[in-house]
Amino acid sequence: MIEITGIKKKFGEKEVLKGIDGVFQSGKMNMIIGGSGSGKTVLMKCIVGLLTPEHGHVMYDGRNFHHLKYQQKTKLRQEIGMLFQYSALFDSMTVEENVAFPLKMFTTKSKREISDRVNFCLDRVNLVDVNTKYPDEISGGMRKRVGIARAISLNPKYLFCDEPNSGLDPITAGVIDKLIKEITEEFGTTTVLNTHDMNSVLEHGDNILFLYNGLKEWEGAPDDIKAANNKRLNEFIYANDFIKDMFLNDKGDKKE
Amino acid sequence: MNLFSAFGSYLILLNKTFTRPEKGKVFWQRLLFECNAIGVESLGIVAIISLFIGAVSTINTAYQLVSNLVQKSIIGAIVSDTTILEFSPTIASLVLAGKVGSNIATELGGMRVSEQIDAMEVMGVNSAGFLILPKITASLFVIPCLIIISMGLSIFGGWFIGGVTGAVSPTEFMSGARGTFRTYTFVFAMIKTFTFSFIISSVSAYQGYYAGGSAIEVGRASTRAVVYSSVLILFSDYLLAQLLLD
Ligand SMILES: Nc1ncnc2c1ncn2[C@@H]1O[C@H](COP(=O)(O)OP(=O)(O)OP(=O)(O)O)[C@@H](O)[C@H]1O
Ligand SMILES: [Mg+2]
Repeated sequence: MIEITGIKKKFGEKEVLKGIDGVFQSGKMNMIIGGSGSGKTVLMKCIVGLLTPEHGHVMYDGRNFHHLKYQQKTKLRQEIGMLFQYSALFDSMTVEENVAFPLKMFTTKSKREISDRVNFCLDRVNLVDVNTKYPDEISGGMRKRVGIARAISLNPKYLFCDEPNSGLDPITAGVIDKLIKEITEEFGTTTVLNTHDMNSVLEHGDNILFLYNGLKEWEGAPDDIKAANNKRLNEFIYANDFIKDMFLNDKGDKKE
Repeated sequence: MNLFSAFGSYLILLNKTFTRPEKGKVFWQRLLFECNAIGVESLGIVAIISLFIGAVSTINTAYQLVSNLVQKSIIGAIVSDTTILEFSPTIASLVLAGKVGSNIATELGGMRVSEQIDAMEVMGVNSAGFLILPKITASLFVIPCLIIISMGLSIFGGWFIGGVTGAVSPTEFMSGARGTFRTYTFVFAMIKTFTFSFIISSVSAYQGYYAGGSAIEVGRASTRAVVYSSVLILFSDYLLAQLLLD
């Protein structure tokens, strides 16, 4: 479980986060949604410690991240897997070496064991025959999947995914969503996911946090979204006519 | 950023760099890789400039010493002495600041803007230790080797051109060169070289590691790496001469 309280972050004069609270339960798909530029990535980076918030706490199962000593931080970070919005693969390494990197750095596994684990992870994200390719030789969607494979290679307790299925075709997007959900439930991972994708929010989300203008505008389960009487949330969700229709149909007040 | 806070963050980065590597084996692999990238791949350019430096300084010196009163062997003495003392360590280091320095800054800057450094940090890897330590260590090891090679080639270039143009015969050149050789000159040149190697690798790494958010910024960081390390090389060249040659 991860708890954040009062997270504030600004860049120069610009206040991007103005005090965000939230609880991310383990074994659940915790989703952060919000418009482009609403601060989802910044919030995620504050939680994993890539950015230091001016104010607020981040607790990992009772451990206050920003108060930990260097050694303890390093230990905690080995329990974190993160997929970056633009994958952030190591471009001097092959796909295989990318996924093996955390294993090489933090385990005493043999070559054989590492290679087995790498293949297992690549297999889980439906990637075959790309082991020896370099990141610039594969497509953006494949890079994303390699990023996920790298993030899960150490079996993380906490998994962060910044827009895991943006830029993917709908089928692969579905596969990735399912995969993350499976991992979350199978290992009781605390998963935090930034997304724009309403399909994945409604289908896989357990707890949804809607960011607007640097604040948490709304929080709840997908089922509550329909009933939520929040203008901004509604605007955001119903921006897509198809989803709007689907929703309104569900509610029974069909237009036709 | 003012000079003091820049120097402060440079020291902080060095401190982060020089912590014990988590995995010795990984470090050795990186070190070998960097020795190759920094050393072997700079061999060509260093060889070319060294041969020319030697050749040109022989011709220049012969031109300046037109008197019949001085022995021709003095040309060999002057060329080999200035080569060891100044030309090889300083000029070759300046060229390496251009080649190696911009390479290091571009590589690290590219990793910074594409968030690869962040990705390492999130995993709990000390990115400075992992990326920069092998570069600095390799530089301290291979750049001095390059400079020694440069000294040899430069003297050879002078010897050869002296003979070809008839400015000074090969035997006279060598007797002059031998007669003037002092161990202290060589030791001093090596002290300079180690200093320059450290400047090139650490200043460039600093510029790249803290490069701003875009590809343009990476280009700027690479330019700064070359400019700052060149200026610092010349500055410390002066300082060391003042301190150690008086
Ligand atoms: N390093 C930075 N320096 C200055 N401003 C920044 C920095 N990082 C982010 N911002 C600003 O913070 C705001 C939020 O950015 P962020 O990347 O978190 O948005 P996002 O919600 O992830 O958007 P998207 O859905 O497009 O990825 C933006 O206005 C951005 O300009
Ligand atoms: Mg983002």
